[in-house]
Amino acid sequence: MDLNYTDSQKAFRQEVREWLAANVPSEPLKSFDTEEGFHQHREWEAKLNDGRWGMVTWPEELGGRGCDLIEWLIFEEEYYRANAPLRVNQNGIFLLGPTLMEYGTEEQKARFLPMMATGEEVWAQGWSEPGAGSDMAAIRSKAELVGDHYVINGQKTWSTRAVWADWTFGIFRTDPESSRHKGLTFILVPLDSEGVTVRPIEQLDGLPGFAEIFFDNVKVPVENVLGGEGQGWKVAMSTAGFERGLMLRSPARFQETARRLVELYKANKETADVDPIIGDAVMQAYLDAEAYTLSTYMTASRLLKGGKIGPESSTNKIFWSELDQKMHETAMSILSARAELLPCAPNADDVGKWLDGFLFAQAGPIYAGTNEIQRNIIAERMLGMPRA
Amino acid sequence: MDFTFTEDQLTFHDSVKSFLTNEVTPEKIRELWNSDSGRSSELWQQLAEMGLTAMTVPEEFGGLGMNELDFLLLAEECGYAALPEPLVENVLVAVPLLSSLGDQQKHLKEEWLSKVAVGSARLAVAHPSNPLVADAHIADLLLLANGDEVHAVKADQVELVANESVDPSRKLFSVSWTPSTETLVADAAEGKKLWADTLNRGALAVAAQQQGLARRIVDLSVDYTFERKQFGKPIGSFQAVKHHMSNVAVKIEFAKAPLYRAAYDIANNQPTAARSASHAKLATTEAALLGAKNGIQVHGAMGYTWEVDLHIFMKRAWALDASYGNRGFHKQRVKAAILADDALLGAGNTFAA
Repeated sequence: MDLNYTDSQKAFRQEVREWLAANVPSEPLKSFDTEEGFHQHREWEAKLNDGRWGMVTWPEELGGRGCDLIEWLIFEEEYYRANAPLRVNQNGIFLLGPTLMEYGTEEQKARFLPMMATGEEVWAQGWSEPGAGSDMAAIRSKAELVGDHYVINGQKTWSTRAVWADWTFGIFRTDPESSRHKGLTFILVPLDSEGVTVRPIEQLDGLPGFAEIFFDNVKVPVENVLGGEGQGWKVAMSTAGFERGLMLRSPARFQETARRLVELYKANKETADVDPIIGDAVMQAYLDAEAYTLSTYMTASRLLKGGKIGPESSTNKIFWSELDQKMHETAMSILSARAELLPCAPNADDVGKWLDGFLFAQAGPIYAGTNEIQRNIIAERMLGMPRA
Repeated sequence: MDFTFTEDQLTFHDSVKSFLTNEVTPEKIRELWNSDSGRSSELWQQLAEMGLTAMTVPEEFGGLGMNELDFLLLAEECGYAALPEPLVENVLVAVPLLSSLGDQQKHLKEEWLSKVAVGSARLAVAHPSNPLVADAHIADLLLLANGDEVHAVKADQVELVANESVDPSRKLFSVSWTPSTETLVADAAEGKKLWADTLNRGALAVAAQQQGLARRIVDLSVDYTFERKQFGKPIGSFQAVKHHMSNVAVKIEFAKAPLYRAAYDIANNQPTAARSASHAKLATTEAALLGAKNGIQVHGAMGYTWEVDLHIFMKRAWALDASYGNRGFHKQRVKAAILADDALLGAGNTFAA
């Protein structure tokens, strides 16, 4: 065990810090759940990619830097510290990207990864269906093989970023006789295909952050299958593993929220301390963000030595989502009667961003597999408890 | 940056774990409850033969010269086994305190540390934060506080009164003694720092055991949920029961890294050691206490009996809760550190730049 950064890791941090200081937009971008904001964020992705900062863990030939996981954590720390824009293509770069690297053919990697890296193709995920949420194996959307095409019919929902995205990935039932986890295939679908209808859904803040996608005889070439027909569940689980595991929510995001929470508390200490549990909650938020960071460094170190991510990754998702909720609840308590103000309210000053975070934090325990499902996974696969 | 244990550390951990599994069984623990001292000299000798009592003793005094991090995983297994012998207290707390005394105490160190290394002497520590002294009755030398001074007092110079604990394995004593120039081994100025370091090591020692206890409680409880059937099924198949256990598993998972970090910080004299030790103690204690609460719940009425082994571990977790600083103390210490004007918080500040 050696908890010191090497000279080259320190130099890497310095390089990231300098590039971000020179390039992060001085004015915050509009929300990527608005049309204008979406395009601003797409441009930012292109700029990041020009600097070869788009996806630092990717190999150099794909525009990355071949960074290991410790360097990735350093990059993320600097990124959040610089208050750089959120990643509009996160479903692509963090979820589909690693899955393509694992299951994609050479042609697929060459076709999809570079366009993903530049942000020219932004991806939406297409997992859930009206009847298949926590019970994802209940998927009914069909893809029927006709010649060299699949013909897709059905409906996906809660597709994040689908309103302005270019592509979606998801699993579809290719064997009509199959049930549950069998007979599913992972397919990549252009959202401008004939027969695709995207209907925006307004989320809690009123913005169309996700959408329903309707498929009406949508033709997709067989080359768009990832990992082979009938392998959809396995391929999807690897994506879900990355999501729950490391990539989707790096600790830096929560450490920065915890830091801002400490500042907020210090600035309002006198009024906040009227409820003596607030100071404790601030302290606990800081410790939990720190625990998540330490734990991620430990996992990264273990993976670098050839270890694998196991079912314990389900504990991550519970931990960060509940931490995010608690931090924002505490901020709301500190802000007291100002907490309800929208960012646009004349008297909101800069407190409104806490409300945005509070609203988004409500989604954390639900998306990427509800925390109840994660608790079942922990009980059954990590602790070995009997299945229902 | 490498946040893993070495192969040697992991291998030693495996062998100690299997020794404890075989030798320190719940039956053995119950047997010791009925003995006079509650302790086994034979078991202590076995631990010494494995080199465990010598681990943190400096090489110049016949020890292995290892540090707190080398012993950490072993301390966790001592918690898992609910080992009644004061091994963790000796290796992580008493030996480092005695070793830290100044050079003028060379003879004292030489005499006692060499005995501890081979298992022929045991130490006890009376930290000012603990109102009673654990295992004073079997200690050959006691390290006692008089204000901030440190005194080394032999067993025949103290009078002990036993205080029964909720944990039948725990042996606590009030100690009467008379400080003198002969017993003084560190004056108040030196002692202040020694006691502060001892508090951090004590918190680490408790934290490691709490983590092991939390794991053991989950293992026992999960086993029970297979055995016990209701409505025609093992109760562990019910989601409400599963989630009780998952909630403890999450606490255990996120106590691991803070615990290891605290051991690293203490072993390497890092400036963050106090804060890390408090974090480790808080996180592991919460895991163990939630384990106790949810463990007894999934055991149902059986969990409320003397017969089921759960209480061996649950009571140890309760008993250690406030040892070396209660949760309030450790929370206040962390809070003061993060609210300090010069505190470096946020992304990128977890480790030294």
